[in-house]
Amino acid sequence: MMEILNLKGTDDTPAVLLDKQNGIFEISGRSLPENAAEFYKPVIEWINAYASDSNSSTELAIKLEYFNTASSKLILDVLSALEEVKGIKVLWYFHDDDEDMEEAGQEFSELVRIPFELKVY
Amino acid sequence: MNFIYDLHRTVMSQNLILVYGGDFTQETTKSILALAEHNLDSSGENSAIKRRVFNIMVEALQNIVKHGSDQGTLAGPLVSKGAIFMISKNDSGYCVLTGNPIPKGDVARLTGNLNDLNSKDKESLKEMRKETMKNTQISEKGGAGLGFVDMKRKSGKKLEFAFSDKDAEYDFFCLKVNVSREKD
Repeated sequence: MMEILNLKGTDDTPAVLLDKQNGIFEISGRSLPENAAEFYKPVIEWINAYASDSNSSTELAIKLEYFNTASSKLILDVLSALEEVKGIKVLWYFHDDDEDMEEAGQEFSELVRIPFELKVY
Repeated sequence: MNFIYDLHRTVMSQNLILVYGGDFTQETTKSILALAEHNLDSSGENSAIKRRVFNIMVEALQNIVKHGSDQGTLAGPLVSKGAIFMISKNDSGYCVLTGNPIPKGDVARLTGNLNDLNSKDKESLKEMRKETMKNTQISEKGGAGLGFVDMKRKSGKKLEFAFSDKDAEYDFFCLKVNVSREKD
């Protein structure tokens, strides 16, 4: 059985919940750590392990209020890792007045080969 | 003691709403962001401009921390010494202003990069960002090489910059990023 990855959000890192058993996959909050590579390392490792034994379908909800440019590079790495997960779909959430976050979701969807749904919340 | 009044007059005449000088780390970055956010919230600023100011502040502050630090992230938290960070507010919007020492040998490259960015329109900035994200690795200081690109995009205006001669080894790099309520 796969361990749950549960990272509480802080003022510069997002909350991460990756729970295979209950089918909950979510990254939310703010992402502006000094060392984004270090923060996202366990997330990418978890996804790599999950890819070889995944549920029949997986929806990852990304609800970011803000992320810095270093995080954007690592978010792309997370999305690239997800390309190996069968039946993956990304739900990219943005506030209806946040054009920049909507555009960011659009851009990420053009950079990886996985289905994206852009959703207002 | 005259400098206190002089400094105060400068703060007033330049419409500065926040000034911080000294050492910069991720911890001070978070404190400055919290202070500025509080300031923008209490003035009832609209959320779109608030987000853009916040965005530019983060990149500007993290640039100072990363590029002003002598060591990489493997050696522990980064520390940048002797920089200044300011925000001014006027009728048309905000300016994020920074100043930090940079080695004289880096001036030509930085000038080239910034002039290049300033010559690009929205579409080519978007392409540049996508290309960089696909093809670059995170640096030993944790940067993605996208800070100025993002600042230019969020600002929509040219990045204003200047260098002052500091000493034999360093120039002082001054940057002004405008955030206008009227987005171009």
